[in-house]
Amino acid sequence: MKKALHYLALILLVVISVGPFLWLLSTALKSPEENIFATGTLSLLPQKPTLDNFTTVWNQVSIGSYMINSIVVAAITVFLNLIFSVLAAYPLARMRFRGRQAFFVAILTTMMIPFQVIMIPLYLIMLKFGLTDASSLADFPPINAWFGLAIPFAISGFGIFFVRQALVGLPKELEESAVLDGCNSFQILTRVLVPLIYPTLATLAVFTFMASWGEFLWPSIILSEEQHFTLPVGLVYLQGAFSANWKLIAAGTVLSMLPIIAFFLLLQRYFVSGSLAGSVKG
Amino acid sequence: MKKECLKPYLYLAAPLLLMGVFFFYPLLMALNISLLDYSRDIFTPDFIGLRNYQRLFTSPHFWQAFTNTAIFTVGVVPAMVTLPIILAVLLNARLKGIEVFRVLIYLPVVISMVVVGIAWKWLYAKDGLINYFLDGIGLPRVEWLVNPDIALYAVMVVVVWKGLAYYMMMYLAQLQSVPDELYDAAVIDGAGTLQKHWHVTLPHLRPTLLLVAVISTIGSLKVFTEIYVMTRGGPLGSTRTLVYYIYERAFENLDLGIASAAGLVLMVILLVLSLIQIRYFQRFDDEPLPSRHGGNAL
Repeated sequence: MKKALHYLALILLVVISVGPFLWLLSTALKSPEENIFATGTLSLLPQKPTLDNFTTVWNQVSIGSYMINSIVVAAITVFLNLIFSVLAAYPLARMRFRGRQAFFVAILTTMMIPFQVIMIPLYLIMLKFGLTDASSLADFPPINAWFGLAIPFAISGFGIFFVRQALVGLPKELEESAVLDGCNSFQILTRVLVPLIYPTLATLAVFTFMASWGEFLWPSIILSEEQHFTLPVGLVYLQGAFSANWKLIAAGTVLSMLPIIAFFLLLQRYFVSGSLAGSVKG
Repeated sequence: MKKECLKPYLYLAAPLLLMGVFFFYPLLMALNISLLDYSRDIFTPDFIGLRNYQRLFTSPHFWQAFTNTAIFTVGVVPAMVTLPIILAVLLNARLKGIEVFRVLIYLPVVISMVVVGIAWKWLYAKDGLINYFLDGIGLPRVEWLVNPDIALYAVMVVVVWKGLAYYMMMYLAQLQSVPDELYDAAVIDGAGTLQKHWHVTLPHLRPTLLLVAVISTIGSLKVFTEIYVMTRGGPLGSTRTLVYYIYERAFENLDLGIASAAGLVLMVILLVLSLIQIRYFQRFDDEPLPSRHGGNAL
């Protein structure tokens, strides 16, 4: 009895959590004749499910380009963030040198600077460097815009801090024996230390990926060409383009969710640790 | 020997250069921009001292945004601190299939804010599903995102809904370290379900409680995307938050000066909160968490 109530509560929670997405899916699957508004009788499930709305959206907006842009930008961001985090964390965690504490504090302060403060100057800087899509008008692939989107997140105080914490915990003897084997410091890093912190790096990778994937503010500032939009910007555009046609809006939104859901189901464990990692960042 | 000394700096060179160009320099630039007036000519702005701050603090729009952000934070944070505890307790049980429930309930955290905003805009629509249900039980319809008295609260619900499972996971991680014997002992002492959680669960969650409060406060003060997607700050500015105000001033009115000034005000507020957060972390770095020594909280 108690168990049954427990399951009932859990099922209720799942309905609340997944329901809004399922309603989008149901709306997207409804055929042109079917009512989707609370004006007449409304059915929760589509009567005659059809994929027409998906093909219409796919043909009318560049949702494929949005996906490519989102994936490439996230990949560049994750790749650069991992490299720079490891490079900076290595000396901070494993070497003694003058100014180490000062560098570390300086890096930590960047975690407290809200992006909203630097976004205006950053926009002016990107314009100067030609890293907005104004400089790659109507081109595809928009390589400049990709880098402009990725660069502000390609290095983060949080990433450096997170990797440093993992490196600090490794035993000192690792380097000593590696030196005896004739490794230089770079080889110690790449062959000895990095393989030992793969789980940390995977967590950081997923954290950075999720942040990049969901980012809306920055891309909405530097992008203006529809072809160059990432998924979040594209979805907002799509909402305007189809005004009140909720079947098409829902179809586009559902399509945009597919990559992240697939990714989530494959890498559940890292998604949880990756998002929790951010709890030291805020 | 010389080479040895240079090595750490070589590793730090590229990351620090990038941080200089993309964090520290823009921060200085923001300070500078906040002292300039762009209204005459956007390419050669005039220096006007602290006038932008004066304009900011006398602007009703700024104070409206400030108040909205405060209401938003005061409403969202207590919900974020308390509700996920219930979820965590429910999901901490050793039941068959519990992992499946955890994954499904985590979905709103993984899905991007823009998608979530669109999904809820559709639920909240005048002819949307929520109003359909209200019809069904004979209640009057509500114009969730159109009524200026309700819109901000409607957005708050969405933000809480998206954040619940995130904070739940933080609590859950902490809960899983509570030894079973403590619950058993409480039951032997005659505690009911509620008493058991009050006396065993809550004391264990105390450090997490504070952490969740700080993180969700910082998050609430920066709320933007959900507003942009669902209401664009309307109706009548009733959902215009601080970050939305900054965005509007900077990229719609091109009033970069006042936008930067507002950004710096936001930064000062966040800085104070971050310092609290750091102090908190230092405290718990030094002290072992209560869970690690078998919960002497009882």
